[in-house]
Amino acid sequence: MWSLIRHRLTTSIATEPLEELWSHGATEEPDPLLVQWKQTICRGPFFGSLHIRHVDTGSCNACEWELTALLNPIYDAQRLGIDFVASPRHADILVVTGGVTRNLAQALELTHEATPNPKAVLAIGACACGTGLLGQTYAQRGTALDSGIPVLVTVAGCPPTPPEILRGLLHIMTILNQGGLTHGHGTTAI
Amino acid sequence: MTEMTCGPHEIAHLCQTYASQGFRLQTMIATDERQIRGAYVLRYVFIHDATCQGVVLETTVPHDSPHYTSVTAKVPAANWYEREAQDLLGLVPDGHPEPLPLVLHGELAAASNPYPLRKDVDRAVTLPPVSRSLSIQARPQRPDGEFEVPVGPIHAGVIEPGHFRFHVRGEDVESVDVTLFYTHRGLEKCAERLTFGEGLAVAEQACGVCSASHGAAFAQAVEAICDAQIPERAMWIRLLVLELERLYNHIGDVGNICAGIGFSFGVMQAGILKEKLQRHNALITGHRFLRNMIAIGGVARDVPSDVAVRTGHAVQETMSAFSDLVTVLLSHEIVCDRFRQTGILTADVVRQYGVIGPAARASGYLADARLTQPSGAYRDNEVQAILEVPTFPEGDVMARVSQRIEETYISAKLIGLAVAKLHSLRTTASVAALTTPMVTPAPYQWALGVTESPRGENVHFVMAGPNGTIDRLRIRSASYANWPAVAKAVPGNIIADFPLINKSFELCYACCDR
Repeated sequence: MWSLIRHRLTTSIATEPLEELWSHGATEEPDPLLVQWKQTICRGPFFGSLHIRHVDTGSCNACEWELTALLNPIYDAQRLGIDFVASPRHADILVVTGGVTRNLAQALELTHEATPNPKAVLAIGACACGTGLLGQTYAQRGTALDSGIPVLVTVAGCPPTPPEILRGLLHIMTILNQGGLTHGHGTTAI
Repeated sequence: MTEMTCGPHEIAHLCQTYASQGFRLQTMIATDERQIRGAYVLRYVFIHDATCQGVVLETTVPHDSPHYTSVTAKVPAANWYEREAQDLLGLVPDGHPEPLPLVLHGELAAASNPYPLRKDVDRAVTLPPVSRSLSIQARPQRPDGEFEVPVGPIHAGVIEPGHFRFHVRGEDVESVDVTLFYTHRGLEKCAERLTFGEGLAVAEQACGVCSASHGAAFAQAVEAICDAQIPERAMWIRLLVLELERLYNHIGDVGNICAGIGFSFGVMQAGILKEKLQRHNALITGHRFLRNMIAIGGVARDVPSDVAVRTGHAVQETMSAFSDLVTVLLSHEIVCDRFRQTGILTADVVRQYGVIGPAARASGYLADARLTQPSGAYRDNEVQAILEVPTFPEGDVMARVSQRIEETYISAKLIGLAVAKLHSLRTTASVAALTTPMVTPAPYQWALGVTESPRGENVHFVMAGPNGTIDRLRIRSASYANWPAVAKAVPGNIIADFPLINKSFELCYACCDR
């Protein structure tokens, strides 16, 4: 126990400022999405909180690891009010990874049904965005995009990095705060 | 590797002969060779881990009556391979103790299954959709006081899909049924008719977190078919990449195991270390999961000496932080209490089911592809001297955690050696010097590529088609071999310990399901 306390006291804060996550040292300009998000954070129905249910519909596990990485102390997505919840009944949005396999098509449909309205879907990774390497096979008919479930935002990449995923989440929060769901919103690619 | 051929009804007996001599079933490959040989072919590959002897037992299954005698009754490790061949190729294992569908879910009658891996079937052939009833069936045969707890396929955490059905009496689990293959994507069918280079990208897609070892196994198989030697610098870069993969996986896994008992200190601290390693991966290879680094005949890009040296420093720093973390973990009473005597995997089960990797080594069975079937830089004497892989006899969660911890130190040493070698070898200016050009192999030659991934041995079977294409790819990931063992480690534990036991094996679903 003492070693644990000592370790805690001697470890500095690992969390990186949000501005640094996207700047890559290349530009001094703050990310416009971040500025917009900061301006609207406390207005609108989601109050800066976003509860996510993750649905793996046939991913290779890389997107899952990057989603998990969002919760590590370096990215600490919870500081933005973003968290993963255990049930679709508790979720504001679904995050879908992977193209939809035949064996999981029904699971996706039922999970979407179980999520209360208003709800939105974020598709993460090349496979979920329909640009994956594998394409259609006997075991994988297509993606969430063509499964009849409305996808609000897509984040490309194989897999997208945690900051890219975080951008997608901020974007979806902004759309939701602007009442995007009630006005019928198409799919936005990040 | 010895090769033997026998009839479809003698194969079971022949396999048993080898299994009884201590050989382990490494993989089984079913191929549709009707156009070449007028029949389906089954290849059972066995290896003797102590003597490193390998044997391939081959049988043909007639195309007009695709039946053969099941090996599973004699060698339980063959169970999934035979069921998969039944689902995808329609080869019926007569006398199989559990001939249920495995890969293709749903009630798929033989008449409606086109058997997608057959050569005359299109890769995007339509199969009827899967529809399951969600109502839990009352099971009259369950004894009084025993309940069934269904979990998944969509889980509470950010993890992959699988369905678990626990039979519990109070808190105690009597048995668990595991249904996997939810993420079956048809990867092997995808690879057919692609060039080797394109096939490599597909092989890396098998698993997000063992991409490099899958890529290397595939590349090794192709290089064996073409009888090619890769350049020395490329060999060391491959070793560096494979060990970096093991390092970030093992450190991440130690953290994830802490999540199984809600010990968030461990989760978070290991999360920081894993993130730092993954950032370093991106620095070396341009990809956080070390993809696109392996190439057929070598590697796709160089690791310049200065980057290699920085890698060495970064790994040393990480290891010193990790060893502090390990001290905290292993001196924490609650952690030790939860880890010890939980989820014991017995040595008998390991032998019977052909369990491999850290899970087998933590049950006292030494099997490591880096020792038994080394390739490239792993054959080097200095590498072999470092590779004193320990084993733990207990087989509980604590043993599997300790196994991973010990292996990270070995990986760090190997990385140190690779860095020194890369520093002493001259940096090559051109990427072309890092790959050996491949000749187009004669069609229908095949070879196996074996690497030790963080989860155990990955075995890729590649059969060449005409003009340097792939005719058949069979990926046997470490998770495929180890999943059946997870269910054997659970009975006798309380249901609340299942996440811990499951995480202590830390198997992938994606590279099992493919």
